Amino acid sequence: MSGAETVIEVRDLRMQFGRHVVHDGLDLDVRRGEILGVVGGSGTGKSVLLRAIAGLERPAAGRITLLGTDVLAGDEAAREALSHRIGVMFQDGALFSSLTVVENVEVPLRSVAGLSAETRHGLARFRIALSGLPWNAGDKYPAELSGGMRKRAGLARALAHDPEIVFLDEPTAGLDPIGAAAFDALIRDLSHSLGLTVFLVTHDLDTLYAACDRVAVLAEKRVLAAGTLDDMLEVDHPWVQEYFRGPRARAARKEDAPRTGMR
Amino acid sequence: MSKAQAAGRIETGAGEQSLSLSGEVGLADLPEIESRLSGWHARAPAEIDLSGAGRIDTSVAWALLSTADRMEDGGGQLAIVGANDSVARILETVRQAMPVPATEAPGRRGFAAWLERVGREVVDTAQAAAAFTGVLGLFVARLARCVIRPRELRLTALVHHCQDAGVRAVPIVALMAFLIGIVLAFQGAAQLRPFGAEVFVVELISISILRELGILLTAIIVAGRTASSYTAAIGSMKMRQEIDAMRTLGIDPGQALIVPRILALVLMLPILGLVANLAGLFGGGLMAWLELGISPAMFVTRLAEGTDVSNLTVGMIKAPVFAVLIGVIGCEAGLRVGDTAESLGRMTSAAVVAAIFAVIVADALFSIFFEQVGM
Repeated sequence: MSGAETVIEVRDLRMQFGRHVVHDGLDLDVRRGEILGVVGGSGTGKSVLLRAIAGLERPAAGRITLLGTDVLAGDEAAREALSHRIGVMFQDGALFSSLTVVENVEVPLRSVAGLSAETRHGLARFRIALSGLPWNAGDKYPAELSGGMRKRAGLARALAHDPEIVFLDEPTAGLDPIGAAAFDALIRDLSHSLGLTVFLVTHDLDTLYAACDRVAVLAEKRVLAAGTLDDMLEVDHPWVQEYFRGPRARAARKEDAPRTGMR
Repeated sequence: MSKAQAAGRIETGAGEQSLSLSGEVGLADLPEIESRLSGWHARAPAEIDLSGAGRIDTSVAWALLSTADRMEDGGGQLAIVGANDSVARILETVRQAMPVPATEAPGRRGFAAWLERVGREVVDTAQAAAAFTGVLGLFVARLARCVIRPRELRLTALVHHCQDAGVRAVPIVALMAFLIGIVLAFQGAAQLRPFGAEVFVVELISISILRELGILLTAIIVAGRTASSYTAAIGSMKMRQEIDAMRTLGIDPGQALIVPRILALVLMLPILGLVANLAGLFGGGLMAWLELGISPAMFVTRLAEGTDVSNLTVGMIKAPVFAVLIGVIGCEAGLRVGDTAESLGRMTSAAVVAAIFAVIVADALFSIFFEQVGM
């Protein structure tokens, strides 16, 4: 996987809100086809980083290259073209509450010229099934779904236009362990079979062990360490040590040992 | 795969129903593929050659497989050949995820559907009425407890709501009544002048304002202002589970939220009605003076002679009843808010409509009642 092309390249990023500096001199690389988990304590700006790369937040300084395009320098048309190549799943799905799930998933497909309404509908139905939702969930409104189903519907919408990179903000937060494990497996399967690059922000150690190829740790306003989970155990930093050697991390590691060994 | 890079090539193959895809075929090519596939029928053999395709995305895979399904249903067959490893893997993933339409019981149609809708409406209305009586009962019971144990009354909250629903509403209520008085005097004068009966405009103004309009229009304004704010406040607390938190902490929501709100309205609406009466009489008197030359002194004299105090009593008796209606409807709608922002908005506007409607219906019933008792 080391030879794969770099699809996200962040250099010297500085994010600032007023006088509050969130990131300073942050570098990060994401390679095609991998699942990168971004972790860090509360308030270290994990979601801010995701928003900056997805073009929702403008950095004070630095360079972000997404799929070979400079996110900050490009004009409106270039950014628009880029938005068709990425998908974002927000924390609570961020589904449009006035549309049914099928209609939500159809929204990104409307920008494809020449697609008939019938095809669009069929394709949306297929995305919903691909995300592991039952058929009848498609006709429901977001308010009628449980939190886990809303997340799946959000994933279906993020995947609707076959993006090359998906950004997932806390994909398993608020899910029960069974639902969370199923979601981890779903992300992993989709990434593997479709060659999808996944950038996910998480607190969930189980997700890191079950789904991620590589991990990036945010601390001290930058990416403190990036590498495989085994690499993380070698990092000499108190927060990283505590995070990856704490009791919960040990439990997650033990649980997942056979699977990690297989890879 | 990407739309920015060169899209795939779609060529007609050797046979009548054959297609060859090559390059990177993605969502942007789908309309073209669909239009080629749409004419294919199940009777003749069909083939799709993917040997030149480096990559396909799931949209294309879905389109190919759903066409294959369609042709199989028709008794034919669609052969997908020449897929390389990665393409085959995507085809396999998509094949496993193909949605199976749920067979749902067909819904009722026509008259039966209409009947069902009417039935649902009736049941909903009955339930809303039951919920209304529930909150009304809760209010009365908690109020009685406050009478027995005055310490349980939330005085601070009561004063706060009195200020919010009462004092802050004075300007708008006074202005509204003043303008109504002006309109009544102006229209009344125009109608009465041909008969030389201009002087009766005083009775026209005083009776209509004191008996009906002053309190009715005040109640309508308060229903719009306060019922909505009660629903929004209680509803947003319900949404964020604050009311559940109160219950677990041993605080009675009826005592803490409902009694101060409704009681504040019961205390304030008569006062607002009185303010409206004064402002309406003032506006009417002013217009009578300017338009008809009825001096203020004469207006007051005629007012005292020609208008019975019972008119004011009739108006004021209605005030507390309207207040309870508005308060109970506002609070009850707040308690029915679900856990979405959408339901909060829906219940808020529903509360305003219901409160105004209830006030008008009650006013009509009062008219009949006072007619019967001869007041």
